[in-house]
Amino acid sequence: MPDISANLAGIKSPNPFWLASAPPTNSGYQVMKAFDAGWGGAVWKTLGVPTINTSSRYAAVNYRSNRMVGFNNIELITDRPLADNLREIEEVKKYFPDHAVVASLMVESRAEWHQIVKDAENAGADGLELNFGCPHGMCERGMGSAVGQEPDVLKTIVGWVKEVATKPVIVKLTPNISDITVPAVAAAEGHADAISLINTIQSLVGVDLNSFVPYPIVDGKSTNGGYCGPAVKPIALNMVKNCAQHNGVNIPISGIGGIENWRDAVEHMLLGASNVQVCTAAMHYGFGIVREMIPGLENYMREKGFQKLDDLIGKALPNVKTWENLNLKYNVKAHINADKCIGCQLCYTACDDGAHQAIALPTNDSRIPEIIEDNCVGCNLCSLVCPVEECITMVRKDDGQQHETWKEYMANGKAPTSFNDDRAGGKGHWVPEPAAALKK
Amino acid sequence: MPEYKTPTSQKDIDHAFEQLKPYMNPTMAYYESSRCLFCYDAPCVQACPTNIDIPLFIRQINTDNIAGAAKTIYDSNYFGNICGKVCPTEVLCEGACVFNHQNVKPIEIGRLQSFATNTIIEKNKKLYKLAENNGKKIAVIGAGPAGISCACELRLLGYNVNIYEAKEHSSGLALYGCAPYKVTNEDVMQEMDYLQNQFGFNVKYNSRIDTEEKLKELENKYDAIFLGIGLGNTRSLNIAGGNLNNCIGATEYIEQIKLNPINVKIGKKIIVIGGGNTAMDAASESARLGANKVTLAYRRSKEEMGAYDFEYELAKAVGVKGMFNVSPVAILGNEEVEGVHFIKTKTENGKVVNITGSDFKLECNTVILATGQSKKTDLLSKINNLKFDKKGKILVDENTLQTSNPKYFAGGDAMNGGAEVVNAAAEGKKAARGIHSFLI
Ligand SMILES: Cc1cc2nc3c(=O)[nH]c(=O)nc-3n(C[C@H](O)[C@H](O)[C@H](O)COP(=O)(O)OP(=O)(O)OC[C@H]3O[C@@H](n4cnc5c(N)ncnc54)[C@H](O)[C@@H]3O)c2cc1C
Ligand SMILES: Cc1cc2nc3c(=O)[nH]c(=O)nc-3n(C[C@H](O)[C@H](O)[C@H](O)COP(=O)(O)O)c2cc1C
Ligand code: SF4
Ligand code: SF4
Ligand code: SF4
Repeated sequence: MPDISANLAGIKSPNPFWLASAPPTNSGYQVMKAFDAGWGGAVWKTLGVPTINTSSRYAAVNYRSNRMVGFNNIELITDRPLADNLREIEEVKKYFPDHAVVASLMVESRAEWHQIVKDAENAGADGLELNFGCPHGMCERGMGSAVGQEPDVLKTIVGWVKEVATKPVIVKLTPNISDITVPAVAAAEGHADAISLINTIQSLVGVDLNSFVPYPIVDGKSTNGGYCGPAVKPIALNMVKNCAQHNGVNIPISGIGGIENWRDAVEHMLLGASNVQVCTAAMHYGFGIVREMIPGLENYMREKGFQKLDDLIGKALPNVKTWENLNLKYNVKAHINADKCIGCQLCYTACDDGAHQAIALPTNDSRIPEIIEDNCVGCNLCSLVCPVEECITMVRKDDGQQHETWKEYMANGKAPTSFNDDRAGGKGHWVPEPAAALKK
Repeated sequence: MPEYKTPTSQKDIDHAFEQLKPYMNPTMAYYESSRCLFCYDAPCVQACPTNIDIPLFIRQINTDNIAGAAKTIYDSNYFGNICGKVCPTEVLCEGACVFNHQNVKPIEIGRLQSFATNTIIEKNKKLYKLAENNGKKIAVIGAGPAGISCACELRLLGYNVNIYEAKEHSSGLALYGCAPYKVTNEDVMQEMDYLQNQFGFNVKYNSRIDTEEKLKELENKYDAIFLGIGLGNTRSLNIAGGNLNNCIGATEYIEQIKLNPINVKIGKKIIVIGGGNTAMDAASESARLGANKVTLAYRRSKEEMGAYDFEYELAKAVGVKGMFNVSPVAILGNEEVEGVHFIKTKTENGKVVNITGSDFKLECNTVILATGQSKKTDLLSKINNLKFDKKGKILVDENTLQTSNPKYFAGGDAMNGGAEVVNAAAEGKKAARGIHSFLI
């Protein structure tokens, strides 16, 4: 049986699945219920000077019949008094000494930071997470993402915390920044023990077409919220990877963003996360989803022969390069499996309208399109739109002997440098005459 | 197997004729419409005799543009709701849906079509603006699917249209023939009212055109005449006993059921003679109205039946038994039917031959003849120069549906020999276009 116990900068948990600081960790009742269901850790709903929340706080992006593929909130930090939260943290730790309880914190002055760090540690928190990520409301008051966007301020506050903290300190980063590694490096330089990312992305998820008010609506008005849920996973993965690959960020990462099953969690870990945190999926389906995540992860590790999480953490990192280091000699072309094709012809219209006119309609009545190999640039589009699993595959056509990157092209004078350069990649690539579009 | 008793209340009737394709609610329609792939040159469209732009109307449902969806449907087919319910979709649009090739349930096109159109009918939403009156007058004979469709299209183009209908209601066999578990009379009448309100054609009920004088009068008064007269009564079998009480033609029997199901006298033991869809309907409806024993007797093999497989399955599901390779020799009885004298048959070189000495008798108290409808050659032969084939089908130009007498156009069962509502709807519309190009 593989060992799935996790260790994030010294914070240990029976498995890598933590609840992120959010409504599911608002109370001792919820955290206990989650641990009982199987979650390995929980980052408590951010503590600080309690706030007052609006009524109507969430909105979602539904995609066709799927609800909440993206989720948006305008909720702030905890609205419960600190003493109540601390008492409940203490009680949870009594029942679950081996589970990770991390206190998420957000205050303003150095004195407040000192006080709340001590209070949280006294209550039994296994670690501290500094919320520099909230992109709505709190940032208007100079906290949350307002800190995460100012590396110097971030570093200063981490310093204040480290003055008194005895437990590991995690800095939670906001993705609302052009280069995530800048605040990540600042956190490391301030001697944070780990970083966690991503917090939510500033967003408006939609507008009511009748009242002209974006969602969620608070008495006829709205405000930007923070975006999360399955839709943000790709953004999170990229940011996790950027931090994991950066030399200046040599501290562990807790991956957050769009995780709802074991596969999402493994992806975060393959790109460098030591553990993962989940919010939206728990809000959508409840704590029971962890019952799928644990055996899913174990089964994957068994199949791949991984003994412990360290065997897989960061395993995909060597395979993420800059574009200029990709092999331009690699050449794939689409191939249609006629036995599987159902004749929807989406590949035809996608390629003809959205790509390279490399798919022809059949001349017989089979409805099975044909790839025009000379025109196929190997972009994958058809294989992505095809509704049948494994029907369009991308088949390698080069002999695998040659390897030449853009960088090497540049060095060897093979890269185009002027507007009408003969070395243009698409030079001579057949495109129909413009007026052919109007022939019916 | 469901047991049906003799109905004594409307509740029993509703149970016996529970709708096979009940209306979807908006959530169902949203989910189902989400599944459609939006195929290129979609095969479902090609399979629909009216070529409704199915992927478009499904996408419009999915974006909550129900009026737009209904308009897309009505633009091609004025019998949008009725067709959604009575079309043999298994062999038309849904049978062509690409999902069939994946053994995935095809999109429920018919139900989506009815959802969109019925929603708009209930709101009595006007979708069309008629062209200015062009001063020309057209007579339509027969207010069935062909005649009504022709009238709608003509009104749209600016013609004055008077429909002469022999019966009390419009919609022809949609009302008097189509199985009551496919469509309710209310549904049919509502769509007729909706079309009448929208297009403002006149229907003169109880106005059979059956004499040369009446035809002459129409010819003098109108610029063109459309023949949408459908088919005639059930053809008689030239065997002994055909005139006994309780030996009845299927279409006449079904008409009674449709108009007044509670008061139709249904025999306990019924033999239905025939192998087409009308035979299946007559058998199914009998079983649903409490007949204990319903036997379908067909002179060829099961595989050679003209009825669609799913229609036979429907009949079997309510207890109807099939008996194949049997031919009626005589209907037995004094005044009332008491049984049928059959002989077994076999097929030799495509011809049915009786097996000598294989005679047998089967007891029953009702015989329903579903041996096809006659053609209205009586009326047709009163029209100057009007050509029809040996089977009585009116001959037309395939593009304009103009007959050999240039003033007359024809469509629907009278022209195609007997098909579906959707064919009649397509042809009525096409003939209107033919009339338009003839007169303008
Ligand atoms: C029992 C039965 C079940 C059926 N079930 C289905 C089904 O489930 N799905 C499906 O798609 N199709 C079904 N059909 C077929 C479908 O109903 C017909 O194909 C369609 O109605 C043909 O339309 P039409 O306008 O050509 O003729 P009809 O519907 O027959 O309409 C002709 C109209 O003309 C009138 N008329 C006739 N002669 C004259 C005259 N001389 N003067 C004035 N008026 C006249 C008639 O009263 C009638 O109203 C069924 C048919 C039958 C018999
Ligand atoms: C394959 C691809 C190539 C793109 N190339 C460009 C580009 O050359 N210039 C540009 O301004 N945006 C480019 N974009 C971004 C799009 O214009 C657009 O801003 C983005 O995809 C978001 O819109 P969407 O959610 O509708 O896709 C590209 C997008 C895609 C998918
Ligand atoms: S998208 Fe796939 S299934 Fe559809 S026509 Fe192309 S190859 Fe066939
Ligand atoms: S009219 Fe009939 S065949 Fe055509 S799409 Fe609608 S249900 Fe299908
Ligand atoms: S064939 Fe099926 S999936 Fe394709 S457009 Fe038609 S209904 Fe949609």
